[in-house]
Amino acid sequence: MTPSKRAEADLPGGASAQADTAAWVEALYRGMLLIRRFEERVYRLFLEGEIPGTLHQYHGQEAVAVGVCDVLRPDDWITSTHRPHGHALAKGVSARAAMAELYGKRTGCCAGKGGSMHLGDPSVGMLPAIAIVGGGNTVVTGLGLAMKLRKSDQVAACFFGEGATNEGAFHEGLNFAAVERLPIVLVCENNLYGASTPYHRVSLVPDVAERAKAYGVPARIVDGMDVLAVRAATAEAVASARTGAGPTLIECKTYRFTGHSRSDACDYRTDDEEAEWAARDPLLVHGARLEQEAIEQLEAGVRAELDDAVEFARSSPLPEPHEALDGVYA
Amino acid sequence: MPETTVETRRLTIAEALREAIAEEMRRDEDVFLLGEDVGVEGGFGGAFGVYLGLVEEFGHERIIDTPISEKAIAGAAVGAAVLGMRPVADMQYADFLFECMDELVNQAAKLRYMSGGKLSVPMVMRAPVGTTLRGAQHGQCPESYFVHVPGLKVVAPSDAYHAKGILKSAIRDDNPVLVFEHKLLYGSKGREAAGGFDLTAEVPTDDYTVPIGKAIIKRSGIDVTLVATHVSLYRALAAADQLASEGIECEVIDPLTLNPLDEQAIFGSVQKTGRLVIVHEDTLTGGWGAEVAARVADDCLAYLEAPIKRIATRDVPAPAAPVLEQAIVPQVETIVATVKEMLG
Ligand SMILES: Cc1ncc(C[n+]2csc(CCOP(=O)(O)OP(=O)(O)O)c2C)c(N)n1
Repeated sequence: MTPSKRAEADLPGGASAQADTAAWVEALYRGMLLIRRFEERVYRLFLEGEIPGTLHQYHGQEAVAVGVCDVLRPDDWITSTHRPHGHALAKGVSARAAMAELYGKRTGCCAGKGGSMHLGDPSVGMLPAIAIVGGGNTVVTGLGLAMKLRKSDQVAACFFGEGATNEGAFHEGLNFAAVERLPIVLVCENNLYGASTPYHRVSLVPDVAERAKAYGVPARIVDGMDVLAVRAATAEAVASARTGAGPTLIECKTYRFTGHSRSDACDYRTDDEEAEWAARDPLLVHGARLEQEAIEQLEAGVRAELDDAVEFARSSPLPEPHEALDGVYA
Repeated sequence: MPETTVETRRLTIAEALREAIAEEMRRDEDVFLLGEDVGVEGGFGGAFGVYLGLVEEFGHERIIDTPISEKAIAGAAVGAAVLGMRPVADMQYADFLFECMDELVNQAAKLRYMSGGKLSVPMVMRAPVGTTLRGAQHGQCPESYFVHVPGLKVVAPSDAYHAKGILKSAIRDDNPVLVFEHKLLYGSKGREAAGGFDLTAEVPTDDYTVPIGKAIIKRSGIDVTLVATHVSLYRALAAADQLASEGIECEVIDPLTLNPLDEQAIFGSVQKTGRLVIVHEDTLTGGWGAEVAARVADDCLAYLEAPIKRIATRDVPAPAAPVLEQAIVPQVETIVATVKEMLG
C-alpha cells in the first residue's frame, strides 16, 4: 500500500471521515518507515558486498519525500538528485524495482543501467534522478512548460538540496519558472551541509526561501522533520500551481542521519548537533500520532515487503553484456 | 625514471599530487587552490582526499572552499590567472566540467589569442575521470572534448612520479592546463583494476618537473606499438606481458600529454613496429585515439603493415551494473586478441 493519493484538499471533517484520517496518518508513517528500513537494509547489503557502486542515502529526510509525494497524483512528475532512494519510493517506484536497480539487475527500474544515483521510472512520474547538482532545476521547467502548453493540470515537483542553490542552474530555472508562471513546486531539502560544506560557509543568506523572493516566487519555510507540515505546504503550492498561479518554493529544514555518501564519517558535524536532530526524527514526530500497536503492524508489513524486495533483487537475472549497447537512441 | 643516486620514496598518485601542490604553494605565493569540499575541517580533502592536510598548512585564504558553483570556480580561476595568480582549480568529477565549458572553452582558451597575445591564463584545472560503477554522470572520460580546443593543454598522468612532475609543470606553465587523473589510480586500492600493477612509484624528495608534451616509453618492443593512458595503460602493459610469453614484443607508450601530442615519440615507434593500437577509456567516436590514428596515417603510412586499431569504450553512456560496465570498457583480453589478429 502506498500513501493515499488524496487530492490537495484539507483533511476531511465529520465522523466517518475520522477513520479515513487515521488510515491516512498511518499511510504517511508507513511511507516514511519503508524508506528508513529500505535504506538500513541497503546500507547493510552494501557493506556485505551485495550492492555495488556507491550510495547517497536518505535516512532522516523521509518526511520531505513522503509529505510532498502524498499530495502529488500519479500523473504529476518529480525530478530528483544524487540522493534519490526516498523520492523514488515515495513517488511509487516499488521496493522491488528500486532494490533490483541497486543490485544492477535487469528487473530494476532502469534495467540496471541507472544505478543508485539515477533511480526513476516515467510510469510513476519520476524522471531518472539527475546526479548533477542543480541539474533538475532547469529540466523541471521543461516539464512544467509542456504541462502548461498542453493545458493539462499536472504539476512537476523538483527536489534539490540547499547546496544546489549555489549553482547557476538553480537561479536560471527559478527565474524562468517564475516569468512563465510554470506549474512547478521547488522543494529544497535544506539539510545544512552540501557534502562536507556547511551552508553558512557558502551563503550569507541563511534561508534558501529568501533567495526565491529575488525572483518574485512565493516561498515557505517548513519543518522538514514533520510530514504533516511538509504536506500542508505542498498542498497549497500544488493547488496554486494547478490553477496557473506559477511556482512556489518550499524550504524544508531537515537533516541527513548518515554520511554524505557511504564512506563519510561526518567528522565535520558535532555530536551535539546530530543528537539534537536525532531527537526530531520524522518517525518519532509522526509516530507520536499513532498507536504503538499500529506502528508494530506497519513494521511487520514493511519488513515483509523488504524481505520480498531483497529476495526479488537477488533472484533476478543479471543483464546480458550485449544489453549495454541497447537504448542509446530512440 | 629518476636516477639511482636521487633520494626517493614510494608514493601513491594522491600523495604525489598533494606534494606537488604543497611544494608549489610554498615556492610561489601566487599559487592557490579552489574547489568544493577541499579544506573543510573534518571533511574529505577533496572528493578523493588529494588535499588532506593542505588547509592546516596554508589556511583557508589559499585553500578556498567554494560553493557548489563550477562556473564560478572556473571563472574565478580564469580571472585570477589573468592578473598573474596561478590558481589550481578542482572539479570533484570530470563530468562536472560540462558545467563550466564556457569559462574553459570560450574564456580560458581564447583570452590570450583574442588579446593579441597581451594576456595569458596560467591556470590549472584538475579533474578525475573513469568508470567506477557510479553510472552515466560520474564515469566519463571527457579528455577529448578539451583536446579539441586550441589554447588548452591537456595532460593525463598515470603514475605518481609523472603525476607530481607534470602537475608542477602545469602550475608553472603560462597556459591553461587541464590535468586528468583516473579515480582508480589514486591509491593502492585500484591495484586490481590496473591488472595487479603496483600503483605506487618512486618519487624524488627533491624538486623536479616532468615536461608537458613528452611521451614516455613504458616498455620497448618491436612488433606492435600500444598507446594508452590511465587504467587502459595498465591493461595494455598487462596485455604486453601476456603477449611477450607468446613471443610478441609490444612497445607501450604513455602519451602523458594529449595536447600538444608528442608525435615524434609515437611516429618513431610506429616506424619501428609498423603496427599501432590505441587504447582509451573515452568512448570511440571522436575520441583522442582518432586524432593519434589520423596523424600516424598522415605521417607513417609507408611504414604501416596493418590498419591502425582503436580499442575504446563502446559508444554508450556508462551503465551502472558491473556486468554492463565491464562489457563496454577496454579489457586486457580485447587488447591481446586485437594484437594477435593484427599479426595474424
Ligand atoms: C554539478 C555538480 N557538482 C558537484 C557534485 C558533487 N556533489 C554531489 S552531491 C554534492 C553535495 C550536494 O549538496 P546538496 O545539494 O545540499 O544535497 P545533499 O547532498 O545535501 O542532499 C556535491 C558537491 C555534483 N554531483 N554535481
